[in-house]
Amino acid sequence: MAEVEETLKRIQSHKGVIGTMVVNAEGIPIRTTLDNSTTVQYAGLLHQLTMKAKSTVRDIDPQNDLTFLRIRSKKHEIMVAPDKEYLLIAIQNPCE
Amino acid sequence: MEIVYVYVKKRSEFGKHCNFSDRQAELNIDIPPNPELAKQFMERNPVDTGIQCSISMSEHEANTERFEMETRGVNHIEGGWPKDVNPLELEQTIRFRKKVEKDENYVNTIMQLGSVVEHCIKQNNAIDIYQEYFDDEDAVEVMEEAPSAKTVSVFRDPQEIKRTATHISLHPDGNRKLAVAYSCLNFQRAPEGMSNESYIWDLENPNRPEIVLKPSSPLVTLEYNPKDSHVLLAGCYNGQIACWDTRKGSLVAELSTIEFSHRDPVYGTIWLQSKTGTECFSASTDGQVMWWDVRKMSEPTEVVIMDITKKELLERALGATSLEFEATLPTKFMVGTEQGIVISCNRKAKTPAEKIVCTFSGHHGPIYALQRNPFYPKNFLTVGDWTARIWSEDSRESSIMWTKYHMAYLTDGAWSPVRPAVFFTTKMDGTLDIWDFVFKQCDPALSLKVCDEALFCLRVQDNGCFIACGSQLGTTTLLEVSNGLCTLQRNEKNMVSSIFERETRREKIMETRHREMRLKKKSKAEGRESYPSEEKPALNPEQLVTEAEEEFFNVIFTELKRREAEAMKEKPKPLKLPSLQTEDEVEGEEQGEEERDGEESPTLEGQP
Repeated sequence: MAEVEETLKRIQSHKGVIGTMVVNAEGIPIRTTLDNSTTVQYAGLLHQLTMKAKSTVRDIDPQNDLTFLRIRSKKHEIMVAPDKEYLLIAIQNPCE
Repeated sequence: MEIVYVYVKKRSEFGKHCNFSDRQAELNIDIPPNPELAKQFMERNPVDTGIQCSISMSEHEANTERFEMETRGVNHIEGGWPKDVNPLELEQTIRFRKKVEKDENYVNTIMQLGSVVEHCIKQNNAIDIYQEYFDDEDAVEVMEEAPSAKTVSVFRDPQEIKRTATHISLHPDGNRKLAVAYSCLNFQRAPEGMSNESYIWDLENPNRPEIVLKPSSPLVTLEYNPKDSHVLLAGCYNGQIACWDTRKGSLVAELSTIEFSHRDPVYGTIWLQSKTGTECFSASTDGQVMWWDVRKMSEPTEVVIMDITKKELLERALGATSLEFEATLPTKFMVGTEQGIVISCNRKAKTPAEKIVCTFSGHHGPIYALQRNPFYPKNFLTVGDWTARIWSEDSRESSIMWTKYHMAYLTDGAWSPVRPAVFFTTKMDGTLDIWDFVFKQCDPALSLKVCDEALFCLRVQDNGCFIACGSQLGTTTLLEVSNGLCTLQRNEKNMVSSIFERETRREKIMETRHREMRLKKKSKAEGRESYPSEEKPALNPEQLVTEAEEEFFNVIFTELKRREAEAMKEKPKPLKLPSLQTEDEVEGEEQGEEERDGEESPTLEGQP
């Protein structure tokens, strides 16, 4: 339990990180550092996107699997680490 | 014509019920065909009728059924919560979350995912992985293709007796036409019956000339008026200047009077930039440059004599073989002479003596082409004897760049109008050389054999793609060069200007060095007698010739004497040989030869 806290805190403390959140398989945000409405939005949308990406990768090669999803936009970068049950999402402002 | 059928019915029977019955057909009117009427018409043979053999198609219009559309929005609300948890109740959600967090699986997963995410975050912080690295270099379309040129069309002189194509001029707009002047430049060797005609060719039709120009004497040069494309100016072999208007026909429109024209063939005629567009000037080997107004050709408006001693003496004048005029420098013009000197002149000088500004000497023979670089007018190209030279106006002693001495005489040259580093030259062996001095300085970038006979003249089209060259047998060839030679390369202008500057500076440094050395020599020779400077030019050549002759003969005599002496030395040896020969002839001879070869091979006089 403590390690989880420590890990999440460490991630949050990195340079440029705007927010982190943990989402479960149903799209329910478990832990978040952002406000509720934003979290809900991110959770719902990214969950669907990750599912789609995963199925795409598996369709092309069934032996393959999605390990990481990075979405770079003009304003920041969204990093999604998928797992069977949970999703760890981090939003970072890449320093340029 | 009215056809009428009359039938009779009694008045008492009007209104009676009709009783129909069958009846045989009756012929009422028979109008036979009347052949007389045919005479009103004329048989038409053949008859032109348009027929189209195509698929018959029909046109229909269709309209779809209207489709009802409505714009709707979707409102997302939180979901995914298990049934027992009410998302609005904070307590319940917190409780649920806490439950999840206690899960073992959750902890492991988060640890693992956390490390992955951290890696990416650190990566982002380290470098910008999406940075554009090669932004500043544009997509370089590297022209890997080697320079090449191919013949597009060939225009042959339709006359039986072939004459040299001495000058080519391209039509000022559209470049659809080509005017070629034909004449025989060999002195008094024009064959009998040679025609005086010159032609204007249409580029689409190389079989027949489009317009024929009929002068009284063969034309040496021919130029289109850049402002009025119907007017052409020509210089004749007998020294007259002629002007044509293609709308008026093939006979001369204006001709200068013989008394006031040149005395030798006119080698250069150029139109001037003027408001009226009727001014031109011409140069000839008689040493005069004359200005004309084509409306009044009876006498020239101005005459300048190419006498570099500035005394206006016709006897001392140098014959002009080429003329140069650049519209951007309207008061200056340059003349290339038979003696290999380029004279730069100013038209607006107050006294005739000042008209000649300076001279550039460096060629060994007549200068056949003279042109300023279209991008850098201070530098000009001259073509004469076996080399082509590039000069800078600042450096008067010598040219700043020159090609090597070729095996054949160079006859004409021109800059490319689109690339400042490219110029073309033609040679007497029928080759066209394309030089690109930002690419290669020692050799031409491309050397093409256009024909077997000598090439005499060259003209480049304004877009730099097409080149027309004329040969000794009157064949004009139109060539197209590859893209690389007619598109401006990156940085080319800068490179060319830096090349010119560097070479000019080098020449200047050499000039100053030479001057210093000459001054030193002068100061040494001051003690001796100094000849009057006027006579020097006259004496020195003769002196030099006699000195050279003496030297030559001395050298010959000494060499002969030396050989005789050696031959004398060797004479005792051959006396020994006969004794050896009795024993073994072959061996002895070989020995003797070896001995002799060891000393000196050419001395064979001593052999018995």
